[in-house]
Amino acid sequence: MRAGLIGRKLGMSRIFSPDGKSVAVTLLKVGPCPVVGVKSVETNGYNAVQLGFEEAKPSRVQKPVRGIYAKANVAPQRMLKEFRVSEPGNYQPGQVLTLEQIEAGVRVDVTGRSVGKGFTGSMRRWGFRGGRATHGAHLTHRSPGSIGQCQTPGRVFKNKKMAGHMGDENVTVMGLIVASVDLEQNLLVVKGSVPGSKGSVVYIRDAVKAARK
Amino acid sequence: MNALQMFEQAQIKAEPPKFDAGDTLRVHVRVIEGTRERIQVFEGVCIALRNAGYRSTFTVRKVSFGEGVERLFPLYSPKLDKIEVLRKGDVRRAKLYYLRDRTGKGARIREKRDW
Repeated sequence: MRAGLIGRKLGMSRIFSPDGKSVAVTLLKVGPCPVVGVKSVETNGYNAVQLGFEEAKPSRVQKPVRGIYAKANVAPQRMLKEFRVSEPGNYQPGQVLTLEQIEAGVRVDVTGRSVGKGFTGSMRRWGFRGGRATHGAHLTHRSPGSIGQCQTPGRVFKNKKMAGHMGDENVTVMGLIVASVDLEQNLLVVKGSVPGSKGSVVYIRDAVKAARK
Repeated sequence: MNALQMFEQAQIKAEPPKFDAGDTLRVHVRVIEGTRERIQVFEGVCIALRNAGYRSTFTVRKVSFGEGVERLFPLYSPKLDKIEVLRKGDVRRAKLYYLRDRTGKGARIREKRDW
């Protein structure tokens, strides 16, 4: 398992496939990510690599955190994120990871913070059908309907789908195909959509699952 | 120019001719039938032009055997072989959706005279 990368979502666009079909793509600015720390089973009990992303003004980083960067001889970074790896020996603090490890055509998993929708009803949040529009329906057009049985069990089951806060949660989209990689601009173009708003932080890693046959 | 605009700019291979809503166009579309490729022509009035850079599209309407037919083309689609502007139309709207409700004389568009 290799280390992933940290990036930002720039927005969506389209490309045309060779046969002229329009394909929606998402543009991501990824890396460069300096290695800030390496954890191994011997010293920490697990193998991981800590990556930074986007240089920050030193005054914007807490003093104790600045010490972490100083130890690795890396400029203070805005983001710090740990990725599990199988071979921590392949990474040294100060080494910079870029899109070079990703090439067009491979599959990646992208994790982001989904766009917050606020408090939403059950129709929007879970796709419930709601009530009738006519035939005497009163105040129940968008209501969820029954939420359980009667005296047995006499309670509402846990995790019952109801209205509530939707979005603003970590979402991973798996198996996105990389359309192109621009090393000069640190630009990664993946087919399909990625969670989060424009400018939000995303984490990219090699696809965990194999492509569907 | 931000990275997204630069990316879209880089995608543009050939600049299509300039035209507007109201213009009569002849659109040459590459069609693949089995293994063979041929050019299909769609001729009609451009009733809408949606300007969005590389994602721009335009709608062409024609009346075929009494039946109104509209096709929406991506402006920069590689499937478009050629766009010919046959006639410039003199219209006061950007979107000519009102043509859908008209037939015959009412659906005519004056030709733009340049002087």
